[in-house]
Amino acid sequence: MASDLHTIETDIETFLDSYAKRDLLRFMTCGSVDDGKSTLIGRLLYESQQVFSDQLATLAKDSKAVGTRDGELDFALLVDGLAAEREQGITIDVAYRFFRTDRRKFIVADTPGHEQYTRNMVTGASTADLAILLVDARKGLLTQTRRHSYLVGLLGVRHVILAVNKMDLVAFDQTVFSTIAAEYRAFAAKVGVTDVTVIPVCAVDGDNVVQPSQRMDWYRGPTVLTFLETVDVTGTVTAQPLRLPVQYVSRPDADFRGFAGRIASGLLARGARVRMAPSGFETHIARIVTPEGDVESAREGRSVMVTLSDEVDVSRGDVIAAASAPVECAAQFEASVIWMHEEPLLQGRQYLVKIGTQLAAATIAPIKHKINVNTLEQLSAEKLELNEIGTCELVFDRPVPFDSYASNRALGGCILIDRLTNQTVGAALIHFALRRSQNIHWQALDVNRAVRGAQKGQTGCVLWLTGLSGSGKSTIANLVDKHLLALGKHSYVLDGDNVRHGLNKDLGFSAQDRVENIRRVAEVARLIADAGLITLVSFISPFRSERQMARTLVGAGEFFEVYVDTPLAVAEQRDVKGLYKKARAGQLQNFTGIDSPYEAPEQPEIHIDTTRLTPAEAALEIVACLTAAGMLAPESLKS
Amino acid sequence: MSAASSSTPAPLTQLDRLEAESIHILREITSECAKPVMLYSIGKDSAVLLHLAKKAFYPGLPPFPLLHVDTTWKFQAMYAFRDEVVKRSGMDLIVHINQEGLRQGINPITHGSGVHTDIMKTQGLRQALDLHGFDAAFGGARRDEEKSRAKERIVSFRSASHRWDPKQQRPELWSLYNTRVHRGESLRVFPLSNWTELDVWQYIYREQIPIVPLYLSAPRPVVERNGQLIMVDDDRLPLREGERPIERSVRFRTLGCYPLTGAVESTASTLPAIIQEMLLASTSERQGRLIDHDASASMEKKKQEGYF
Repeated sequence: MASDLHTIETDIETFLDSYAKRDLLRFMTCGSVDDGKSTLIGRLLYESQQVFSDQLATLAKDSKAVGTRDGELDFALLVDGLAAEREQGITIDVAYRFFRTDRRKFIVADTPGHEQYTRNMVTGASTADLAILLVDARKGLLTQTRRHSYLVGLLGVRHVILAVNKMDLVAFDQTVFSTIAAEYRAFAAKVGVTDVTVIPVCAVDGDNVVQPSQRMDWYRGPTVLTFLETVDVTGTVTAQPLRLPVQYVSRPDADFRGFAGRIASGLLARGARVRMAPSGFETHIARIVTPEGDVESAREGRSVMVTLSDEVDVSRGDVIAAASAPVECAAQFEASVIWMHEEPLLQGRQYLVKIGTQLAAATIAPIKHKINVNTLEQLSAEKLELNEIGTCELVFDRPVPFDSYASNRALGGCILIDRLTNQTVGAALIHFALRRSQNIHWQALDVNRAVRGAQKGQTGCVLWLTGLSGSGKSTIANLVDKHLLALGKHSYVLDGDNVRHGLNKDLGFSAQDRVENIRRVAEVARLIADAGLITLVSFISPFRSERQMARTLVGAGEFFEVYVDTPLAVAEQRDVKGLYKKARAGQLQNFTGIDSPYEAPEQPEIHIDTTRLTPAEAALEIVACLTAAGMLAPESLKS
Repeated sequence: MSAASSSTPAPLTQLDRLEAESIHILREITSECAKPVMLYSIGKDSAVLLHLAKKAFYPGLPPFPLLHVDTTWKFQAMYAFRDEVVKRSGMDLIVHINQEGLRQGINPITHGSGVHTDIMKTQGLRQALDLHGFDAAFGGARRDEEKSRAKERIVSFRSASHRWDPKQQRPELWSLYNTRVHRGESLRVFPLSNWTELDVWQYIYREQIPIVPLYLSAPRPVVERNGQLIMVDDDRLPLREGERPIERSVRFRTLGCYPLTGAVESTASTLPAIIQEMLLASTSERQGRLIDHDASASMEKKKQEGYF
């Protein structure tokens, strides 16, 4: 800005000194395509003199070619990045912009407004201290204004500027402005947005963006930029207890054992007493090591390397916390889940979850309700589609250190990753731990799987036969069962059709029900295997994710995926139960292979090609594999 | 960390925050990826990246090597600087040259910036990553450099054929990075994403990080071409009719391959002086690079093909 420019010209070192000490404000802008969001940011960049002359030349050229302002400078074009978007004239991703004034540095997350881009808005909000919401003065509060406010409140963005734009189109009428302002404040309180500043602007001409508007002299509040420069965002995180999630353990030589991480909250001080989570071990901070020498303390936000007074077993994913306020561990939570992928979230499916520096597996079960983000209505739901938000129970495979999202974003926010595609498919905000997980412990029994198996001269395990309907799974399972009986072994068959007559008779064939169907069978199979039996599961089980879940449940060495590989055409031609005929005639919905997908195993332990082997030969091969894997001998006798 | 004596250290400045974030990213990727590498291109951004890596793992060494994809057309002063810096860092340096390109005699003078960059840099980088099986590569790119980079993730997913698909990027929330890849796929990681050019200079100044002397003004032999000052660094630059190298006081705002990188006339021979000059200048940083002039939205296209 002006005074900066002067200092730069006359005394660069003073400028450098002052620039180094400025703080940072991260904010986001939201509003729909027509509300002038990109124009507002473009204006902020332009007026804070962050647009270079060659960029201006490009802008002038682009404004003529693709601008929406009849050849006049279209500031939105400064901001809209990717070529595809420029052609469509809309912003479809989160773009980050930078500018500075003589008071602060700013990082702006520019996010799209449409409902189908909720995920982008959530992404922008996750790192923002403040949000600018735009509304068109002619239209007032819209459904999307409410949606954006809800998301901003949910993600814990503390300050909101409501920019009532296009005041020129309502003749700079104060009444219009005041009505919108009052209506908004009332709504904002309902969604947990408490710090609201409402500013009348005209972004295309710059009124109240940087300079106070001459045309709205009835407005006495700050301009958008003034507010951005002065809002207090130092926050309260430092006042909170120490949380240092361990990222990396450093052992450059035998004498040094350092723990590296970024302080999520509180003050780290040499000599402070700390408690590790989840181990619960207590010790002291011995050193805070930097290349410039040790320091006495460091505060929230710093990346540090510490050593501890005692030899404690600490690894990545653990949290170093103040001993006076240790961090809790739990495995079951109530959380808000925001779904970000085209494939819906299914109850019962297992996902990888990254929380802090910890990567764990977790299942969503059940979904309490989803939120209509436009009306804030709670609706019952079995699944969450792309951009939907629900309140769910999140069940981890082990206890993890956490804080509620409201008290600490760094230890209460998680991302959900699909185990197979590795895509980031959702985000979760932890509200609180469900007490159940603290009270129910797995009973460690003295007579365990190995002992029970040994009594029967075998090792309990699960053979999981998957394949299309009519591929021959049940026939083969039945033959294997008979072979094992003949060998004096103890086995049991869980058959898809049979289980659906009892345990799973409440389930249909939707994707959601199929997931639950498999989850229950996997749990039962695990118990039977634990009883020492060789368990044969004969289920279509069309989805890789659920077979992976079953594998995780049972344990890698004792799970054998058997792919009964029959081409669709062959299965359909056999059509033992006449089901394909019905499905083709439209009498059966969601039939695997016809209108519901079958995801073939990629690396099954056993691959049976039924066009090459008869069922009897297939059964023999499976028994041979079991023998080779040592399952037909007691665990203790294996080397 | 300045306030070592008082009990409550001062709030973090924006530069402190950038440093902390970058170190966090470096450690996170190093912890989760099997075989990371740091691209080292000798320029000022690489200098900052290397400095941050040393800080992140101190007192240990960064547990990954450096990789320089050499086009063989860097300034002589850059090679000398590289070898010195690497020697002092104690880290391993892998230098990769696209031998196929070399055999074909690809050079920026006869083939132009587009072909030369594609073959020696983009293809060369892909070869090097495949050859060593790196699953993550740190680079010094910043979001403020160019419009399509404004939307780049910090951790950017690349397919097994190294392609960047702007529509298939993973959502990136808080500071939780999804580093999972299948065999053959990889990540490009940009710890300086949120830094601006000024931040980079400011940090070099604060931390006294060594940089290639070409950034500072000195008398150098140049010829003027298409409105740009091209330095005659060795005898590989064929002089056109009537061209004669003249000694002028020049410096470089960015350092690429020498016939592709224009110098600016300047007398700024100290860091504060060049920062001052940069702040008062009216052209943005990348104008010195001929590569961007080829087409509008050209960087996006290059990125999709695997250019950093």
